[in-house]
Amino acid sequence: MMTTLVTLALIFVELSLLSFGGGNTILPEMQRQIVEVHHWMTATEFSAAFALAQAAPGPNLMIVSLLGWRIAGLPGLIVTTLATYTPAFILTVVAYNLWNRFKDRPWRRVLQGGLVPVTAGLVCSGAAIITAGADTTILLAAITLISTIVILATRTHPLVVLGFGAAAGIVGAGFW
Amino acid sequence: MTPQSAANGTPELPETAPGHVGPTTTQLFTGFLLLGLMGFGGVLPLSRRVLVEERRWLTSDEYLELLGLCQFLPGGTITNMATAIGYRFRGLAGAAAAILGVIAAPVVVLIGLGIIYDRFQSDPIVRHMFLGLAAAASGLLIALAVKIVAPMRNHPAGIAIALLCVVAIAILKLPLLPTMVVLAAVGMTVVVCFPRAGQRP
Repeated sequence: MMTTLVTLALIFVELSLLSFGGGNTILPEMQRQIVEVHHWMTATEFSAAFALAQAAPGPNLMIVSLLGWRIAGLPGLIVTTLATYTPAFILTVVAYNLWNRFKDRPWRRVLQGGLVPVTAGLVCSGAAIITAGADTTILLAAITLISTIVILATRTHPLVVLGFGAAAGIVGAGFW
Repeated sequence: MTPQSAANGTPELPETAPGHVGPTTTQLFTGFLLLGLMGFGGVLPLSRRVLVEERRWLTSDEYLELLGLCQFLPGGTITNMATAIGYRFRGLAGAAAAILGVIAAPVVVLIGLGIIYDRFQSDPIVRHMFLGLAAAASGLLIALAVKIVAPMRNHPAGIAIALLCVVAIAILKLPLLPTMVVLAAVGMTVVVCFPRAGQRP
């Protein structure tokens, strides 16, 4: 148990420090560590956890608390949550103090510009990995496709789309 | 729209920075608690309305500037925003109150959902409901990826780097740290050699 908690802390501190561009960029690495390296859950279970985190209110990064709870109960939840938010918290406080001083330095724009395509690639990777875990049948793939189109083409609230997915899953179950 | 014009019903407060009157630690906690609870499918889209228009903790320009900083820093953008805003008004205590506020309620709701999922997982209807939910959530993520990549269409070097990243991470399953270091270095080289190409469109 203790080993698991220490491992979780190390994984999520590292993920926190690498999460440039928000929580979705570290989804692939989170999935790799939890599913492929440590076998704490299957790819489908990971995608289900992601779906629960999307269905709940709050920041996208909330999935870390659910994963911690799933893997090691309440201690796991506390460890993954603290490990994820503390490094970013410290960095934000430090950076806020330095912000005005370095605002117009050219290297800051170079760093930011260099990270943009990597951030984009990481979000795409996260989408690919989560979708591969979730869409185990043609019907589920159709739900994903329809949801994607509806979000891109209309101003439908994401919660409505999630509701549609849940309903379509139940209705579609009759045909499997 | 200035912080001095003060939020509705906010009592007079001591100055925390020259020219700024701000929320108390308790107000930071409750303000971000409500923001966290309201933000289904991500808090960020709602944060501007609450922070700038309703509570008037930040002007529109201050919001944009903080958003840029917080997107650039690692961590969730909205939790970084909470930290920075809390810190700005009430130092470390304010920062801690704001970040706890924004994650507290969602953690409780999420674990509640997890417990429901576990209890009814064997029920075929619930199982199919959650499978459908996961499929729709994947769609949200694909849509987000499309929205992030779309502005890069006139930036072939950026698209090439993003593609390399997908191959390395999603297909080859390479570890994140070395991949990110190498690709960010390539990206920065592009920005230095072609100063116009690497800018955020």
